[in-house]
Amino acid sequence: MATISIDGTRVEATENRTVLQAALDAGIYIPHLCHHPDLKPVGMCRLCVVELEGRGIVASCEAAAQDGMKVLTDTPQVQKVRQVALELLLTNHDSNCLACAKNNDCGLQKVAAFIGVDEARFKQLRMLTPQYAIDDSNPFFRRDPNKCVLCGICVRTCAEIQGSAAIDYAFRGFATAISTLGNKPIAESKCQSCGECVVRCPTGALAPKETRKPSKEVLTTCTFCGVGCQLYLGARGGEIVSARGDRESPVNRGHLCVKGRFGYSFINSPERLKTPLIKKDGKFVAATWDEALDLITRKFAEYKGDQFAVMGSSRCTNEDNYVLMKFTRAVMGTNNVDNCARLCHAPTVTGLGASFGAGGGTNTIAEIPGADCLFIIGCNPTHAHPVVGMRIRAAVGNGAKLIVADPRRIELGDNATLSMTQKPGTDVALLMGMARVIYSEGLHNPQFIEERCDGFKEFVKAMEPFTLDFVEETTGVPREQVVEAARLYAKSDRALILWALGITEHSHGTDNVMALANLAMLTGNIGRPSCGAMPLRGQNNVQGACDLGVIPNAFHGYQKIADPAAIEKFEKAWDCKLSTSPGLGMVEQLQQTLTGKIKAYYLVGIDPAYSVSDANQVWEALRQAEFVVAQDIFLSGTAEFADVVLPATSFAEKDGTFTNLERRLQRIRKVIEPPGEAKADWWITCEIARRMGGKGFDYNDPSEILDEMGRLSSWFTGINFERLDAGGIQWPCPSTDHPGTPILHTERFATANGKGQLAPLVYRPPVDSADAEYPIILTTGRSLYHFHLAMTSKVPGLMALHPEELVWMHPKDARRLGIADGDKVKVSSEQGEVDVRAKVTKDMRPGTAYMTFHFYETPTNVLTHQKSLDPVSKTPEYKVTAIRIERV
Amino acid sequence: MAVEIAATGSGAPSESQVGAILAKHPAERSALIPILQEVQAKLGYLPEEAMCQVAEALGVPEANVYGVASFYAQFRFAPIGRKQVHVCRGTACHVGGAPKILAEVKERLGIGEGESTPDREYSLETVACIGCCALAPCAVVDGKVEAKLTPKKVRELFQGVQR
Repeated sequence: MATISIDGTRVEATENRTVLQAALDAGIYIPHLCHHPDLKPVGMCRLCVVELEGRGIVASCEAAAQDGMKVLTDTPQVQKVRQVALELLLTNHDSNCLACAKNNDCGLQKVAAFIGVDEARFKQLRMLTPQYAIDDSNPFFRRDPNKCVLCGICVRTCAEIQGSAAIDYAFRGFATAISTLGNKPIAESKCQSCGECVVRCPTGALAPKETRKPSKEVLTTCTFCGVGCQLYLGARGGEIVSARGDRESPVNRGHLCVKGRFGYSFINSPERLKTPLIKKDGKFVAATWDEALDLITRKFAEYKGDQFAVMGSSRCTNEDNYVLMKFTRAVMGTNNVDNCARLCHAPTVTGLGASFGAGGGTNTIAEIPGADCLFIIGCNPTHAHPVVGMRIRAAVGNGAKLIVADPRRIELGDNATLSMTQKPGTDVALLMGMARVIYSEGLHNPQFIEERCDGFKEFVKAMEPFTLDFVEETTGVPREQVVEAARLYAKSDRALILWALGITEHSHGTDNVMALANLAMLTGNIGRPSCGAMPLRGQNNVQGACDLGVIPNAFHGYQKIADPAAIEKFEKAWDCKLSTSPGLGMVEQLQQTLTGKIKAYYLVGIDPAYSVSDANQVWEALRQAEFVVAQDIFLSGTAEFADVVLPATSFAEKDGTFTNLERRLQRIRKVIEPPGEAKADWWITCEIARRMGGKGFDYNDPSEILDEMGRLSSWFTGINFERLDAGGIQWPCPSTDHPGTPILHTERFATANGKGQLAPLVYRPPVDSADAEYPIILTTGRSLYHFHLAMTSKVPGLMALHPEELVWMHPKDARRLGIADGDKVKVSSEQGEVDVRAKVTKDMRPGTAYMTFHFYETPTNVLTHQKSLDPVSKTPEYKVTAIRIERV
Repeated sequence: MAVEIAATGSGAPSESQVGAILAKHPAERSALIPILQEVQAKLGYLPEEAMCQVAEALGVPEANVYGVASFYAQFRFAPIGRKQVHVCRGTACHVGGAPKILAEVKERLGIGEGESTPDREYSLETVACIGCCALAPCAVVDGKVEAKLTPKKVRELFQGVQR
């Protein structure tokens, strides 16, 4: 703490504050342009000059506040210096303020108003016509160099916060400008369109193309991934026109990615469903709610029991999902209810459940920058979870060691201490190999293992076959890298593991997850801040959909169907008879449709026709089903197969909660009215349930649903809408005076005996392997610019940034096959084929190809297979498909 | 294997030449300018792929490499033409109509300052003075001083140039 005097006023400056920060903290304005609270000071604009007694004129943004300092902010000399600095800026500034997007919100206007402008002094020097062409190339924002003050905030934001470093100062003297490589349009640079520079630019040099200012803003949770960024959605005239990050949120601290900031226009799309549709003679015809619901009620009544199946939504709220799960079990009398976690993180839930006793990530996003080692495997956070990616880069900036393991070279590889590119599907070998190195070098934590883990003896025996020879041969990772990775991880005090579908979407995904849990337990990296195991969950509420019992084997809070006490509890609470026969996961539901066992579906906010592997087989199943109801916000690819389509509401049109990847329940709030006659998902399900005679579906409001959830599971007992208004709460939260649980397993694990279970794993190769006919291994993943299919395909700007499917391949493979970058190729597997263009890139390893799955016209999942599901979680092996690529 | 991926290129013709230059220097930011100078000495200019290759090798953002290179007048970003055109913009030439001469040259060749014609026959630069003010306005075309230029003379000089 330093006490300084600013213009005679006593000001207390906290530790490590500059004079400018101390003044701003105390509510004293000193003009400034290049200072930004999120960035390191650079002292470039010379507008924040002050006079320090004994030192003269200094830039206050770079002067550390020291005890006893006397600061004068408005002397004639200070005024003279900053006036000239301001005039030089104004001379080159396009000052058509009224037509500028930043009018009234402009740093330069504020500075000029404070310092005062005498135009006569520089009128003659003024540029009369704009000197530079406007860069319109980005679909979401515009760069106008004529309004640039060269403060460099955009340059520093791109490098320090986003980590892309797409722009920098270029040229010299008067010609100095902010430029991309080669001074090309921003859209052709490394820019990822996150817009972090746009929100920080003090002038109109960087401004969104959507210039409509909102007439109201509502705090809500982003819908585009499991990070759960808090944002203010702005509405005007019944449309969403803006989004800005909430700087107070511990989850994203104001940061957003391109989808969260600019991807909201799908909400306003004219293609939104506005009325129920009933298929008559193969064509959809608009219907009233009564017609649609009467038909559904009548048909569903014919299919009660295990011939009926429900797929819930990882995009809908917890309340929507709870009601859906209750409806399936209490009214339809079956446990055939599942959500798309079956296709992604189900192995995380089963794996962590077996190892630690609870299927949730152990720590929080805010702890990432505090780790001293991050092990990132089978995930691409800067694209699939961009705000977590920013935190990982912040950790590296703080000195953390970064280990990256992925079959493809990912961006974070540039920041990594060690990058490994293993062959797809060989993770157990890599991870057990690392464990063996850790144990054989004595880097494990015997005390932690002794006190808190079971199964160490068997585990030591199981590690034996994973010699460096075997690991190198199996994974393709050089032995030195395996050893270095093991040492980096084990020698760190706070080592955190992050993973996603590269680990789970395998025929042995549960094993992969347990192999990661093994590493954490072996080294005691669990139950403390900034270490542990964090799965990066994909969809915005996939954690919640699982937690709320939209899975075949458990009620919400993972209360098992197999437990008679749970059945008794819910039969009493819901006043009904419940089925105890185990339900089917969604892949098995579809397989059992082809055998005639499943006859009818209720599909809520899910697109299995394009997201489940072996799409041809899925389409066949959906065609064979006798009655299909699809409930969605768009006529999705799946809805085309339905007999009745029900129009639902987007996240901007309803109230409720989402649970993010760190188990944090956060509010979503209604901003605008839904289009046409669209209704909230919970309302629709309750309406069907009531019409079918179901009891306990008379909620007035989603908050009543959350209250019921809490009464029936101690995980949620302490969580209600009122508390959530003060911020998100992480489960378990057993009472209203409980703060929630940021870190799991601090004292004991959630297993029956409180001990972590070390898993003695064996290596099982993937089902598919390259052969003469299909010599290349395809692995799949997600694009930064898309969120699966229907939603982002309705956002023209996102489509412009990533317009079509590409198959990525290594130059060696491309040369051998006579394929050049951009060529049209046919990709085929045993399951099917699809024509796309090739992207030739050294980011792949030879023999491996990569595709995303975001385009209806080129459905990647016709290639992937269901030959063998993970035996525990029943998840397909999306990440390893043998394919052939040919020029067409 | 990361090592193997880094070593096998997509095959831009200059890649191995730049690689050889990089091999002579420490992979540090401080080596950036000497490396760029050698790359230009070898290739005649700094192609974008070469700047990217240097950026990756040194761990410096590519926009930063361009920022540094574009600060110095010595670096070129387009290949030099077989015939270089230097239009004088010194005081005497300026008064004598250099702006019109320059505009005409640009029009004839279809390129701007610092650029080359697509067939790499001509490249265009401006200079502050070529030391023959008595002949203003003037230019040096392929090593020969062209004196007392007019737009008409420029047209004749570049007659037959395919734009």
